[in-house]
Amino acid sequence: MPPPLLNISNLTATYMEDGQHLVALENVDLQVQKGEFVCLIGPSGSGKSTLLDIVSGLFAEVEGSVEINGHALTPAQRPGSTSYMRQRDLLMPWRTALENAALALEVHGHPRKEAQRLAASRFSEFGLAGFEDKYPAQLSGGMRQRVAFLRTVLAERDLLLLDEPFGALDALNRSNLQQWLVQLWEREQQSVVMVTHDVDEAVFLADRVVVLRARPGTVIHEEVISLPRPRTRAMLTSDAFLAHRAVLLDALGLLEGDVA
Amino acid sequence: MNDRLARIIGPVLLLLALLIGWEIAVRVTDTATWMLPAPSDIIRAFREDWRLLLQHTRVTLSEVVIGFGIALAAGLITGVAIDSSRIIERALYPLLIASQTIPMVVLAPLFLIWFGYGLLPKVLVTALVAYFPLAVNTVDGLKSTDRELIRLMLAMGAKPGQIFHLAKVPSALPMIFGGARISVAFAVIGAVFGEYVGAKEGLGYLMDRSAAMFETPRVFACIVILAVMGVSLFTLVSVIERVALPWRRYLAVTT
Repeated sequence: MPPPLLNISNLTATYMEDGQHLVALENVDLQVQKGEFVCLIGPSGSGKSTLLDIVSGLFAEVEGSVEINGHALTPAQRPGSTSYMRQRDLLMPWRTALENAALALEVHGHPRKEAQRLAASRFSEFGLAGFEDKYPAQLSGGMRQRVAFLRTVLAERDLLLLDEPFGALDALNRSNLQQWLVQLWEREQQSVVMVTHDVDEAVFLADRVVVLRARPGTVIHEEVISLPRPRTRAMLTSDAFLAHRAVLLDALGLLEGDVA
Repeated sequence: MNDRLARIIGPVLLLLALLIGWEIAVRVTDTATWMLPAPSDIIRAFREDWRLLLQHTRVTLSEVVIGFGIALAAGLITGVAIDSSRIIERALYPLLIASQTIPMVVLAPLFLIWFGYGLLPKVLVTALVAYFPLAVNTVDGLKSTDRELIRLMLAMGAKPGQIFHLAKVPSALPMIFGGARISVAFAVIGAVFGEYVGAKEGLGYLMDRSAAMFETPRVFACIVILAVMGVSLFTLVSVIERVALPWRRYLAVTT
C-alpha cells in the first residue's frame, strides 16, 4: 500500500493567550489517502483551523510530525506544498476574476500570460464564463467564492485544504456550491481536507468525517461515509445519510442537552 | 455627461454670482484699485502683464514639479523602509514626525543662507512640505494590506518580494494617491513661501514686489494663477489615479 498523501502523527500545538500557553491540539493523528475527501468537524476551539494552518506551514507545532507524499516536512518546508482556501474569498480587489484565478500559478513561477491562459481555459467549467474581466466588487458572493475555488484548484497541488469555504454564503448559494463541489471532486479526485461546522455538509461531501473535541483539540471519532458516488441531493433524506448524521451529532454531543 | 454638467454648473454659477457681486460692490463704494481691485481690474492686469506673469509662473511651476518629484521619491523610499523593518520604523518614524514640528518659517531663511537665492532652496522647501503626507500615507497604505491575504500568499509559498509587489503595493496605491493629492496642493504653497522668503523670480516674488508697489490687481492675478495651478495639479493626480486604479470605481457599487 502506498504511503498516505498526508500523514499527521502525534501532533501537539500550543498558542499564547494573555501570557498563558493554551493547548490548541493534543496528540492528533490523521491520515488522508490519495484521492480521499476528508471533513473535519468540531466545536469552535477544537483546533480545526489550526490543523490546516500547520499543514500549510503557517503555524508551527511543538510536537509531532507532518508527512506529505511520504516526506516529513518541517514547518518552513510546507508553504507551497498544499493549496489553501479560507472562508473569506481573499480576492484581490484590484485584479479581475481572471487575474485573481491565476494568482497561485503566478506565485509558483508561471509567466503572467501563461497563468492567465491556463485559468481562462477552466472558467466555464467553474460557471464563470463571461466574468473573466469583472472585478471582485462586481461579482456576487457565490461567484467570488467560485473564483477563489478556481484559484485553489489551479495551484495544482495534490492536497487541497478548505477552511469553511461555504461559511460566509447564504443557504441557497451554499447548497448550490456544495452540489457543484461534489461533482467537481468526483471528476478530479483531488485529495481534500475540509473544515466545516455543518454536519449535513460533511456527510454529503466527504468519504470520511473526523470529529474533534475542544480544549484541548483532539480526534474523538472517525466516521466512514458509506453513501455511494456520485452523490446526489436525493441522498440527503436517505436512511444511510440520517444514520451517519445521528452518529456524528451524537459524537459532537449535540443530541442531548441542547433541546431544552 | 449630463450628470457631469449638472455637477459643474452649480459651482460655476456661484462663482459667477460672487464675481458680479464683487464687481458691483467695488464700483458702488468707489474703492481704490490699490485697496481692492474689481474683477475687471484683475482681468486687465492679465491682459497687460501676461508676459511677466507667464515668465514667473514658469519658475514657480518648475519648483513645484521638481519639489513634488523629490518628495514623491523620498516619501516612497522612506515609506517602504519603515514598513519593511521594525528597527527602521522605530528609528525613523519619530524623526519623520519631528520634522513636521519644525516651522517652515524657521527653515526657509536657513536654506537661503546655505543655498543662496537660486532654485534649490525653493525646491527644498517645496519638497519638505510635500514629503510628509506622501511618506505617512505610503506607510499606512502598505500596513493596510489584508493580513489574511498575506497569510494566504505565504501558504502558497510566495516569497517576500512577491508578497510586496503582488499584494502590498497594490493595497497601498489608493492611499499613496490620496497622499499625493494633498502633497501636490501643499507643494504650491511651499514654493510660494520659499519665494517670499527670498527670491529673484517666481510668483511669490512677483506678488511681494507688486504689493510693495501697490500693483494690487497684479497680486490678485498671481493668486488666481496659483489657485488654478493648485486645482489643476490636484485634478491631474486624480485623473492619473482613475486611470491607474480602474477597479476603484466599482467599490461603491456593492459595499
